[in-house]
Amino acid sequence: MTTNPIIEVKDLQKSFGELEVLKGINTEVQRGEVVVVIGPSGSGKSTFLRCLNLMETPTGGSIFVDGEEITDPKCDINLHRQKMGMVFQHFNLFNNMTILRNMTLAPMTLLKKSRAEAEEKALALLRRVGLEDKANAYPSQLSGGQKQRIAIVRALCMNPEVMLFDEPTSALDPEMVGEVLDVMKELARDGMTMVVVTHEMGFAREVGSRVLFMDEGVIMEENEPHEFFAHPKCERLQSFLAKVL
Amino acid sequence: MSNFLLWWEQLKADFITCFITKDRWRYIVRGLGNTLKIALVAVLLGIVIGSVVAIVRSAHDKNIHEMRPGPGRTLLKIANAICKVYLTVIRGTPVMIQLLIMFFVIFTAARDGVPVAMLCFGINSGAYVAEIIRAGIMSVDNGQSEAGRSLGLNFVQTMWYIVIPQALKNTLPALANEFIVLLKETSVACYVAVNDLTRGGEIIRGATYQQLLPLLAVALIYLMMVMFFSWLVGKLERRLRNSDH
Repeated sequence: MTTNPIIEVKDLQKSFGELEVLKGINTEVQRGEVVVVIGPSGSGKSTFLRCLNLMETPTGGSIFVDGEEITDPKCDINLHRQKMGMVFQHFNLFNNMTILRNMTLAPMTLLKKSRAEAEEKALALLRRVGLEDKANAYPSQLSGGQKQRIAIVRALCMNPEVMLFDEPTSALDPEMVGEVLDVMKELARDGMTMVVVTHEMGFAREVGSRVLFMDEGVIMEENEPHEFFAHPKCERLQSFLAKVL
Repeated sequence: MSNFLLWWEQLKADFITCFITKDRWRYIVRGLGNTLKIALVAVLLGIVIGSVVAIVRSAHDKNIHEMRPGPGRTLLKIANAICKVYLTVIRGTPVMIQLLIMFFVIFTAARDGVPVAMLCFGINSGAYVAEIIRAGIMSVDNGQSEAGRSLGLNFVQTMWYIVIPQALKNTLPALANEFIVLLKETSVACYVAVNDLTRGGEIIRGATYQQLLPLLAVALIYLMMVMFFSWLVGKLERRLRNSDH
């Protein structure tokens, strides 16, 4: 294992008012790793993911990205978010823009790329996911699977170092799950560092380099996927896997 | 039959007295021009003021609990308090009183009433537009701004490119209604001697002692303007709907 983690999480805590959602999370993500987070709903896994790019502000603990503490109030979180792509459960494509504009907005605004440059990159990515003919369509004209594939390549337009996936297939019709997972698998093969919250056990087993099981605001167990699914140690994980597999 | 003829002849004579003699129709035309100028400038001013107030108010309501203590938070709290006072005072007092205060307390030296009326109605309209746009901003799914922020766009960029365009589209019918109300409301400016459309009619009424025709003419012109703008907005709405089939 390398000793240069891209994300380091130390004693991360998050409460919403009285409700304590994360009760001290410690973990790290190495470059090129695909970390899959599973767990029952309400276990805090989405909140954990959303803390990694400060979509939620942690109430305790610290997070380091590239060795810099992003939980420090002086840190410019907008700069860090540029290298941390995020994919949401509900796609969240910008409804008022064409697909192409969805993909070029951030590179043109933040990376000061020319329109031609940004569009060239966007079209190349669209070709990769087989959707170049949708460049001038609006999000409302696409299926869920198409939207999610666009959401993934929209994030890739910023050349991120890490990709965060928040239940990317949970809002999809069953027959569209495959096309989105295929894009994610290809991304993992290309060496992208990924943190994926999902219910897709098959994906976790096949693509994950490490699987985390979260429940009641803590990481209950973590292991490489084969051991994780073949010999779960803690009882909570055993009963969880018995229900979902 | 002869009664009708007599009445008709009388009406023709009255019409000539009211609008043709001494080119009195010019009062109406000049007044119409001023009314349109006041309403258009006021509605633009109202949208600018309203957008700023709406952004401050919704930013405060959505984010204040999540913000870290610091100058940004204090500033937002102060701005929000100012906006609330503005909304309360402007919406809590009659526009007639606001107009009188503008003319006889603040701008006592103004020779031309039109700019003062523009300012007064703009400030007044801003308060109503603010609440309309705030409702529009609240109606845009939170995921839209989350997606913008996750790409690294800052709050203002996210608002400008993503949230405000969708909010304006959602609120277009309410904004159009506000403009129509404003257009008619400018008629009270006639009581501080601004030469608007209503005052044009009043001048003719005073000079000719005719009641029916000047008032009817003024009413008809307001009605035609409102019908025209309603039609225009309907067209615009259909155009904007193109992005969500």
